[in-house]
Amino acid sequence: MLDTPPKFPHLPAAPGVGYKPQHFGDITTDARPVEWLEIHAENYMGNGGRPLAQLRHLAENFAFSVHGVGLSIGGELPLDRAHLARLKHLCDWLQPASFSEHLAWSTHDAHFLNDLLPLPYTDATLTRVADHIDQVQDVLGRQMLLENPSSYLAFDESTYAETDFLDEVAKRTGCGLLLDVNNIFVSATNLKLDPHDYVDAFALHRVGEIHLGGHDEDEDDHGAPLLIDSHGREVADPVWALLDYTLERSGPRPLLVEWDANVPDWPVLADEATRAANALQKVAA
Amino acid sequence: MSVTQTKFHTALLDPDQPVPLGLSDGQGQPAGSRFAVYRNNVASSLTEALEISFPVIAKLIGAENFKAISGLFLRQHPPKVPMLSQYGDDMPAFLAGFKPLEHIKYLADTARLEQAMRVSYHAADAAPIDAHDLQALTPEDMATARFTFAPSALLVRSPWPIHGIWTFNMQDGAPKPPATAQSVLVLRPEFDPDLHLLSEPAAICMLALMAGETLSNANDAALNDDPEFDLATLLGLLLAHGAITQLKSGDTA
Amino acid sequence: MSNLMKTVAIAGAVTAALAAQTSTASAAGQVKCYGVALAGENDCKAGAGTTCAGSSTVDYQGNAWKLVDEGTCAAMDLPDDRMGSLEELDRDLPG
Repeated sequence: MLDTPPKFPHLPAAPGVGYKPQHFGDITTDARPVEWLEIHAENYMGNGGRPLAQLRHLAENFAFSVHGVGLSIGGELPLDRAHLARLKHLCDWLQPASFSEHLAWSTHDAHFLNDLLPLPYTDATLTRVADHIDQVQDVLGRQMLLENPSSYLAFDESTYAETDFLDEVAKRTGCGLLLDVNNIFVSATNLKLDPHDYVDAFALHRVGEIHLGGHDEDEDDHGAPLLIDSHGREVADPVWALLDYTLERSGPRPLLVEWDANVPDWPVLADEATRAANALQKVAA
Repeated sequence: MSVTQTKFHTALLDPDQPVPLGLSDGQGQPAGSRFAVYRNNVASSLTEALEISFPVIAKLIGAENFKAISGLFLRQHPPKVPMLSQYGDDMPAFLAGFKPLEHIKYLADTARLEQAMRVSYHAADAAPIDAHDLQALTPEDMATARFTFAPSALLVRSPWPIHGIWTFNMQDGAPKPPATAQSVLVLRPEFDPDLHLLSEPAAICMLALMAGETLSNANDAALNDDPEFDLATLLGLLLAHGAITQLKSGDTA
Repeated sequence: MSNLMKTVAIAGAVTAALAAQTSTASAAGQVKCYGVALAGENDCKAGAGTTCAGSSTVDYQGNAWKLVDEGTCAAMDLPDDRMGSLEELDRDLPG
């Protein structure tokens, strides 16, 4: 795949799903209405075997998004160059239509904590995140998208609203944004904000991809609702409504359904993708 | 007050630490149990990764015990790289040194076998030799031939019946493991690693071949252990599973 | 055994091994054999709920710690001592 131009240079403004190996057979038989696939980069950093063989096969027919979950872009320490090199290796080989990562940190003191940990929105964080994104885009030789997180708490020291923070990062680095509508709903509920205000304040013209996923409901010490970004069930109805609200303002975008825990059989996931296709249809030009 | 990542990290992995000051629910109330969401995510996701990677260990000691041990392991040995497929390479050594389980002496070697299987699963692809290349050699060149093996071919030797322990726990109706030492050769003909029980002389022969010995010397080493050793059986296994990826012959060094 | 006899023995083993080879199925369909999970995978989900795993630890150190459930160990009837006749173990595979 290395020496030829990418077969799919852009993600289509159509439904995609997070790829799970157990769906390989279904996808190669009939993926409708799914038109593109997203992988978590860190699962395809082995040297060979079935994971890479499946990708090689699927990349003939599907546009891919490589979604990193381990780069720790918000980390206080320098980016892990070895990991950045692994990402470059994967992107050079697969030639995905898109690369994205999270506004979060996950590595500290040489420990990878396997969670998307939160950041205070301050000038210091802004400078650091922008520097790291510059470095990523330099090494990969491509624009990346940065995703808004799910929040369970807030930092007293924050001086930026998350929407302003993301817009400023994008302005400084030229990166695009990945808007996770479920994350908006989860964060807004958890921090008692209005999710529509968030969408209104978001730099929608920078959005290269939208995510949808299911969440779980829990509560905090005071009995207030606390939503958990579990990706373990259908997308909730209020999140579909928030998606409509978003798409009316952004227009059609590549739209991904994420389902990472309790992964269902293909037809259930395809139904979610159909619902996503219908939402896109409503705003089609 | 600034919540540094060092403070956050320390409190994440140690639930006895207070939640760092400066975190709230967004409305002025202290974060409290909201911080536990992150603690839980770290611990439960890493535990889940270990359960997937060491299913036999989990069965041997029981699911609840495995969860408890994972909670300790992940705090002592957090992942060093972001790829969870590699997480747990310290597990065999950890089990070997874990006092409450020291009476189950075969745990560490069983974990080594599970570790070998996933290393094999993700190992680089390598094209096997054509068996006829071996056939085409003169008898003298056959005797001095040396092999290179696929990166997915791994030998695990143990004073415990690790093959029997693995099958007893992973295959329906498999018999109880015999009270004997076992060596297992992990081979991945295409995408799925298989386990092959090797006799002691076959394991000696394989070890020598993997170390780059000639076929003749490796055979001698095996015959020295057991005069009845049958090289054809081992060679047949290696050829049938595409384990030999390079053939060097003609030198007598 | 003389070198000549050894060479003949090796050649015989090679011939026997080759004769036993049947034409093995090819790689084609195998990529579709999905669903094998041999190792943990990364994702960007959060674990369910705020309680349990992260919020409590037990003192597992020392011999005081009790096993809380029973695994298959008990069913295997393996003696406590190392078995068999392996004299020298090479523990360097895999790394």
